[in-house]
Amino acid sequence: MKHTLVALLRDQPGVLNRSVSLFRRRGFNIESLTVGHTETAGISRMTLVIDGDTTSVEQVIKQLYKLIDVLKVSDVTQDPNVTRDLLLVKVYAPPAKRSELMQLADIFGAKIVDVVPDAMMIELSGSPEQLDRFVDLIRPFGIREMVRTGCVAMTRGASTISGPYQSQEFRAA
Amino acid sequence: MKTLTGAQMMCEALIAEGVDVMFGYPGGAIMPFYHALPEYPQLRHILVRHEQAAGHAAEGYARTSGKVGVCVATSGPGATNLVTAIADAMMDSIPIVAITGQVVTSLIGKDGFQETDVTGITQPITKHNYLVTDVRDLPRVFKEAFHIARTGRPGPVLIDIAKDTQNARGVFEYPETIDLPGYKPNYDGNRRQIKEAASLLNQAKKPLIMAGHGILLGHASVELREFAEKTGIPVITTLLGISCIPEDHPLSLGMPGMHGWVHVNRAIQECDVLFTIGARFDDRVTGKLDSFARNAKIIHVDIDPAEVGKNVVTAVPIVGDAKRVLENLTEIVNPNDHSEWVNHIREVQATRSKRQRDPESGMFTPHHVYAEFTRILQGEFRVCTDVGQHQMWAAQLIEYMKPHTHITSGGLGTMGFALPAAMGVQVACPNEEVWAIAGDGGFQMNLQELATVVQESLPLKICIINNGYLGMVRQWQELFHERRYSATPMWSPDFIKLADAYGIPGVRVERAEDVAEAIHQARATNGPFLIEFVVEREVNVYPMVAPGASISDMFEDPSEVEIEDVVAVK
Ligand SMILES: Cc1ncc(C[n+]2csc(CCOP(=O)(O)OP(=O)(O)O)c2C)c(N)n1
Ligand SMILES: [Mg+2]
Repeated sequence: MKHTLVALLRDQPGVLNRSVSLFRRRGFNIESLTVGHTETAGISRMTLVIDGDTTSVEQVIKQLYKLIDVLKVSDVTQDPNVTRDLLLVKVYAPPAKRSELMQLADIFGAKIVDVVPDAMMIELSGSPEQLDRFVDLIRPFGIREMVRTGCVAMTRGASTISGPYQSQEFRAA
Repeated sequence: MKTLTGAQMMCEALIAEGVDVMFGYPGGAIMPFYHALPEYPQLRHILVRHEQAAGHAAEGYARTSGKVGVCVATSGPGATNLVTAIADAMMDSIPIVAITGQVVTSLIGKDGFQETDVTGITQPITKHNYLVTDVRDLPRVFKEAFHIARTGRPGPVLIDIAKDTQNARGVFEYPETIDLPGYKPNYDGNRRQIKEAASLLNQAKKPLIMAGHGILLGHASVELREFAEKTGIPVITTLLGISCIPEDHPLSLGMPGMHGWVHVNRAIQECDVLFTIGARFDDRVTGKLDSFARNAKIIHVDIDPAEVGKNVVTAVPIVGDAKRVLENLTEIVNPNDHSEWVNHIREVQATRSKRQRDPESGMFTPHHVYAEFTRILQGEFRVCTDVGQHQMWAAQLIEYMKPHTHITSGGLGTMGFALPAAMGVQVACPNEEVWAIAGDGGFQMNLQELATVVQESLPLKICIINNGYLGMVRQWQELFHERRYSATPMWSPDFIKLADAYGIPGVRVERAEDVAEAIHQARATNGPFLIEFVVEREVNVYPMVAPGASISDMFEDPSEVEIEDVVAVK
């Protein structure tokens, strides 16, 4: 089963490098990883998607907590949450195929962001499953180039992940 | 306001942290620091002959004193020479701070002369590390580094400081507080879990305590003993846990694992509750994991949450400091008596002990040496061992009575450890008898330190167990590689003449009957002394669990086992 972890990191030199090389060294299988700014200056947020069948999620959390500049790690998989991935895809689109593609894009709420005589770039953000389905549908048209950012996630409701920085059981030592 | 150079700040910070000695070696990128050092006579600097030795000496100092050990090196080759010792400290949770010079800021990333990315290199082998390029960061970084090294699960921290930062001036204000929101070690075990552990122990019929390095690191020897005595539960000690309980204590059973005792491994397999504290279930202890402690519920106490549940399934996990958890547990656990169970283990031991402890007749083996050691020194010593057969025998055969008297490289198994580590031990305990015990192989990995021993007037007693082989590897070749002694026979120089070249007196001992006299002679010498014991060449360490095999399958000599079987499980 896939797990989505959210981690808060202090913006210190090497903290990203430390996290990533930890995954390599311990043989953790990471499906996607994204990092970006948060509401607080000096604190970044990392979202990780892990295959929980091949990698012990508990060990990933505990080992991340051992890094001095990791403030908080939370497994949000079971919490109601919003998970989003962003897709940019360049599709082979001669004039005869254009309207069909535009219809598909419309159904998914995707945007056409560039058109040239025989190609089109489409942008779509949504859950990773939604993106998978869309990609499957447009694949027959001929995908020339594609990129996905990997997931970011946020739990629903008023509470925030940044609450108290340390969860009792997994404090660093 | 008065300003200081970065180099002066480094010295001030070391003093503020209570450092009075460091082990190091100068070079271009750390010269500003060495320029400032003479202004601080309260900081003793010991010049080693190779930076690896500075690292191990800092470890030896930390392993005995419980204080943070400090080593210093220049950039590039100086820093890379420290790497082995830093990795060693990481594996064994030793608090050291390694200080390295770095090329000037403008050259960082440009492959400047003697530039290496030492924070990159040491990232997976340090608890934390820093590159400092702004003199204003220096006080905070030193404060944090020492705090991180010594608290929680201790470990090495490296501070890499650009040369221009050492020369830059700034106001020195040493911070009183630390702001590390991501680092808050948990010392108090969870009350509910401790209660659960107590009730499990109260009900146990055949409980066993496995005490590891955490008892020594957490200064919990007294608490361990009180807990064991109140509950009547026998104690086994891992390689790094040795000396945390006096070995003549009626509840002390000895070492488990690959070269542990048969009765100890059998106790693990028979016990119904295994209370493990400050040990991390290394593969050299557990053997084949799925057959380890098959009948036991495991209680695991460790200060590092990541160790709990890493290798074995635990019934009761407790994250906390060994001393505090033991205190709390002793308070609430029922007094008990398990003499029947202890006697049962002792019976197994009695059937084995003679042949395990005695050398083969007619040969001169390390058994003679270590027996005399125990007899003559009466527990009043500190021993640093190297890595190999002599190390395992020293763990098995010498009797340790006081905490921190057995110092060895456990997790990394670093040959060349004994001599430099013993220097650190001797510096920490100037008035105690310190012995470095090494094989002929390992001794030659850091023998250049004899010069440091002499220059610093360290009264170390050095003992070489010379079997003419890389003995432990030869043993594996004999047992698992068709006796193909590939690259293990080893020529050595005349160690006595060598010692003499350094001005160190020594004797060579070739017969069991001369052991005692040599030890007496070493002890009577005011200053360093070297003994070379030329022992039987092909003697094996037994009992043994073949690598990857279950700890139930120990053998005491090759005739007891089908070697084919052993190879199959390897
Ligand atoms: C730095 C290093 N290199 C290689 C090894 C592998 N190794 C483990 S024990 C051993 C033999 C040690 O020989 P010696 O020092 O003579 O001790 P003995 O086993 O003969 O007592 C070797 C080569 C090691 N542990 N450390
Ligand atoms: Mg040897």
